Amino acid sequence: MTDVPTIEMRGISKSFPAVKALQGVSFTCSKGEVHALCGENGAGKSTLIKILSGVYRPDGGEVLIDGQEQHFRHPQEALLAGISVIYQEFSLLPERTVAQNLFLGREPMKRGLIDNRAMVMETRRVLGLFCVRHHIEPETLVADLDVASQQMVEIAKAISLNAKVIVMDEPTAALNEAECEVLFSLVDQLRASGTAIVYITHRMREVTRLANRVTVIKDGEVTASFDHVPAPDVVVRAMVGRDISEYYPEPATPAEIGPVVLAVSSGSNSALRDISLELRSGEIVGFAGLQGAGRTPLAMALFGAAPFTAGTMTLDGQSVHLTSPRDAIRAGIGMLPGDRKAQALFLMQSVRDNGMLTARSFANAFGGKDGNRFVDLNGMNALLDQMKVRAPSYEQEMRFLSGGNQQKAIVARWLALKPKVLIFIEPTRGIDVDAKASIYHLMRDLARAGTAVMMVSSDLPEILGASDRIVVMREGRIAGQFDRSASEAELMMAATGETGVAA
Amino acid sequence: MSAQSLPHIAATQRRLFKINPVYLLVVALILAIVVMNPAFGEPTGYMNYLKRVTALAILSGGALYVIVSGGFDLSVGSMMTLTVIGSSMLASNDPNSTYWIIPLMLGMGLIVGLINGLVVSYLKVPSLIATLGMMITLNGVAFMWSGGAPRGYLPDTFRFFGRYNITDIPVISLLPVAVICLVVFGVILWWGMHRTNFGRMLHAVGDNQQAARLAGVPVERVRISAFVISSLTAVLAGVILGGRAGVSVNIGSGFELQAITAAVIGGAQLLGGRGSVPATIAGALALEAIFTLLNLLGLAQPVRLVVQGLILIGAVAFATYQRKRAGR
Amino acid sequence: MTDTPLPAPGRRFRFERHASTILLLAAVTIYIALIVIMGQTRFLTLDNLVAILGRSITLGITAIGQTFAILVASIDLSVASLISAAAVVTSVVMNGDPAMMLPAVLAVLALGVVVGLVNGLVITKLEVNPLIATLGMSLIIQGVLSYYYNNFAGNVPVEFQIFAYGSVGIVPFSLVFMFVLAGCAWFVLRFTRFGSDVYSVGGNRDAARLAGIKTDRVAIGAHMICSLCAAIAGIYLASRLRSGAPWIGAEGVYDLESIAVVVIGGTVLAGGRGGIWGTIAGVIIFSLIDSIFNVAGVDAFVKQVLRGIIIVAAVAFYAARSKRPVA
Repeated sequence: MTDVPTIEMRGISKSFPAVKALQGVSFTCSKGEVHALCGENGAGKSTLIKILSGVYRPDGGEVLIDGQEQHFRHPQEALLAGISVIYQEFSLLPERTVAQNLFLGREPMKRGLIDNRAMVMETRRVLGLFCVRHHIEPETLVADLDVASQQMVEIAKAISLNAKVIVMDEPTAALNEAECEVLFSLVDQLRASGTAIVYITHRMREVTRLANRVTVIKDGEVTASFDHVPAPDVVVRAMVGRDISEYYPEPATPAEIGPVVLAVSSGSNSALRDISLELRSGEIVGFAGLQGAGRTPLAMALFGAAPFTAGTMTLDGQSVHLTSPRDAIRAGIGMLPGDRKAQALFLMQSVRDNGMLTARSFANAFGGKDGNRFVDLNGMNALLDQMKVRAPSYEQEMRFLSGGNQQKAIVARWLALKPKVLIFIEPTRGIDVDAKASIYHLMRDLARAGTAVMMVSSDLPEILGASDRIVVMREGRIAGQFDRSASEAELMMAATGETGVAA
Repeated sequence: MSAQSLPHIAATQRRLFKINPVYLLVVALILAIVVMNPAFGEPTGYMNYLKRVTALAILSGGALYVIVSGGFDLSVGSMMTLTVIGSSMLASNDPNSTYWIIPLMLGMGLIVGLINGLVVSYLKVPSLIATLGMMITLNGVAFMWSGGAPRGYLPDTFRFFGRYNITDIPVISLLPVAVICLVVFGVILWWGMHRTNFGRMLHAVGDNQQAARLAGVPVERVRISAFVISSLTAVLAGVILGGRAGVSVNIGSGFELQAITAAVIGGAQLLGGRGSVPATIAGALALEAIFTLLNLLGLAQPVRLVVQGLILIGAVAFATYQRKRAGR
Repeated sequence: MTDTPLPAPGRRFRFERHASTILLLAAVTIYIALIVIMGQTRFLTLDNLVAILGRSITLGITAIGQTFAILVASIDLSVASLISAAAVVTSVVMNGDPAMMLPAVLAVLALGVVVGLVNGLVITKLEVNPLIATLGMSLIIQGVLSYYYNNFAGNVPVEFQIFAYGSVGIVPFSLVFMFVLAGCAWFVLRFTRFGSDVYSVGGNRDAARLAGIKTDRVAIGAHMICSLCAAIAGIYLASRLRSGAPWIGAEGVYDLESIAVVVIGGTVLAGGRGGIWGTIAGVIIFSLIDSIFNVAGVDAFVKQVLRGIIIVAAVAFYAARSKRPVA
């Protein structure tokens, strides 16, 4: 290690219209080390990385590369300075080949034309460096690759840039165990060759396996920084930042758990295999699993958006066949989607209109807009008050609200219909910590009132903290059921299908 | 700016100052016309202006339904042509035919709107292409029907709605039937858009179609209804226009873009989610006032097209600029 | 990221990628079957094949340009007006004088470049929706044109009519020209950085920007090519009609037809996927459909109605498979 760190970020601050994302964050990473950056969803990790890579400009603080102060105005400038980021959302073009993606925007030229042969050969060379077992042809379309291979292409892109710094944002989210091992040995290789690696994760076993140093951020501030790898529980405490007991509400007592509301037996479709499960009133069931394990498809099947093609489903003991969201809603099932902006919010409409929409959809089309048989104007105001939605006025357009308040308004949309089953997908993604706690309490209150709550989440601490029972999915099947006393390691083992993986 | 910290008063004040600029534009344009041509201040002057604008105003109100739902309807102009040509062919100078011709034409509008809606929502053809295809199809049908040259003319009973003036009324002295139609259909369209559950669903579908589906909105039904309403208003506009101007082969052409322009002047959000019927009708008034001004300035007909193109681009660019300035 | 269904690994047959070939074969089959059934085998000659293709030169040239606009995830509805304007300018500037041929062509090409540049700037810098920007541009061009001319104006010297009527053997110059133009377009898309950038920007604008591509310039460039092609199509049309009139572009419905042809050729309206040869296949399909109508003796107005239906059906054929919501 040299004296001057490869990257140094000093006192970085950044605010967005509704939130203060970062405050005085400092972070360094040197040649030949892996610096793990840990934090919960929404802690500010991604914002920090986007500042490093020139997507955002900081409000305060400075970024130094090899001791030189830099002011990136465009991602291209950061790339040229040797910083390469592998984002969680893939930045690959599905309709272009692997080689074309690898050399996007910097194709090798020969006599003014793109040298396709050189491009393919160089791609094959780079992929050959680490994709030995996992063969990828440079001329395959990215759309034809599976998720893990796409991840490999992303990494190959970073390597082919000869980056000084590689930032990996939760790179294992979509990988199975064998693929993770390939990735880990690749990280080792890169470290040995002198690359500085920033590794973002909230999985403790990856921290233990890979990191030289660990920094934890929470609510936009650094809460702990270690020059060694501390015990996992030390890191976890720094991430969560308070006692678990007050963060999550009390679990249900056996007396509160009621009869089976929804039951599925041998449900299958193109993404799901042989699903059998029961949801009981008064109970919160958490669904864990890797990306692509089939949790969202399961929620979509229960909600009728991507129905089961085989198997049976009963609601309150009655057999039901749901083929559209409208069927499901009529039967008493509600869903809060994971990608709120794309799937739940009407940004140009008022908070109240957002809340009343589902009730209106099931009332008379020419009925008055101010009230119907589900809820009227005052009823909706009361619900929004009860949810503690903070807005200057409920006439305010939805886009001006913060993520947490938007989520609460959508909960109000469903409460107006008094559903028997309510499905939450990634309920706290992109929501600040205080709002998170109130969403958990809200879910608990709903359960206490007799609703069966299903929660799909990729956040294991959240699954363990907020659920009464946990279902783990893998490859479209239910891989195991646990009660809330299970450990993160047990859930991971069930989710990856590997045995003997230590936390 | 934190949304939570805004006091209630600021929000109220902001809304007070948020009068849609289109109303001011209409007032300014009309004042300009009166200054240039004092005769416009007389009942015959302004009533004729309102009579001229009625077809476009009703049409724009209907087209707004499609715009708010996130689409375009370019077939309305040819639907107007078809209404006029078809009615003249069917009427064969029989004054009693009006009573079945208008319902028949409305029935045709219903079918055309249904087809547009079905093609757009189930076959997933972009509405612009679907309705452009419908436009050339309907023009072809109109030509086929008339054999290339319009024959016959419209009986007075048919032309009543577009041409007749009720006279001897105190204060305003005369009142065209067209203006009554404008008020009646304007109110119906306003009610449907702003006072019903259907109107709110229409906004939701245009704002975010996927979210609307997941919130239980019957997206296909809502979109199809929007196209049907648009086609029905095109028939009404055709009846009024035919009544005022008589039969000609290209009578409706260009109206589809004028309707979109009127909606855009009225502040409607193209690609859906926002739009107001009164503001769109005001947009139609403004567009017609601009045309009147161009006439007064002695500028030829084609200049209208140029001005309309500039307004279309300018209004959308202005809206984008404002949205960007407001953040996000 | 939530767990989205895994894309199926490995190569498998994707209907969309071969649809234009399949449609072309279907159109050829129907055409031949119809001729055989009606016993009109005189239509089955090389001359007739060339004639079929020759009828679609204007559409073909326009569609080559439209392919660029659509690949970059934009669209151009101003091509029909621009074709009219280009034809009128060609015939008015030439006005029967062979010496004015070169200035006229240069003037029209300059017009195309300017229109494309303005379209591109309005779309990228003012962020106006491309549909509206080009629709507005179409109105402006049409208005200016109709202000000065309301009938056929000027005339094209005989020397210039060779562009439309001359031929090498049985193959008309214009057909050769169209295929050369298509070849150039293919070359640009396949072998130049600009071509590669067109696909990238159309496929995912944000990813392209992150990779350092100047996305605005690429979009503007694509629009300039599109307008340039429309201008060339106008020059050709003037040469064929021997004069230009302000309605010839709108009459040919070149805006809608060029878009339809591009879509039938397998280029997706959302951008980033497709290519020139698909578009050419689409043009041939359209000419065959026309010929089928002719052979079957369909009335001109009925033909217009059927064309409208076929265009919409063709777009539906592709669109129903895509999961993206449409405007």
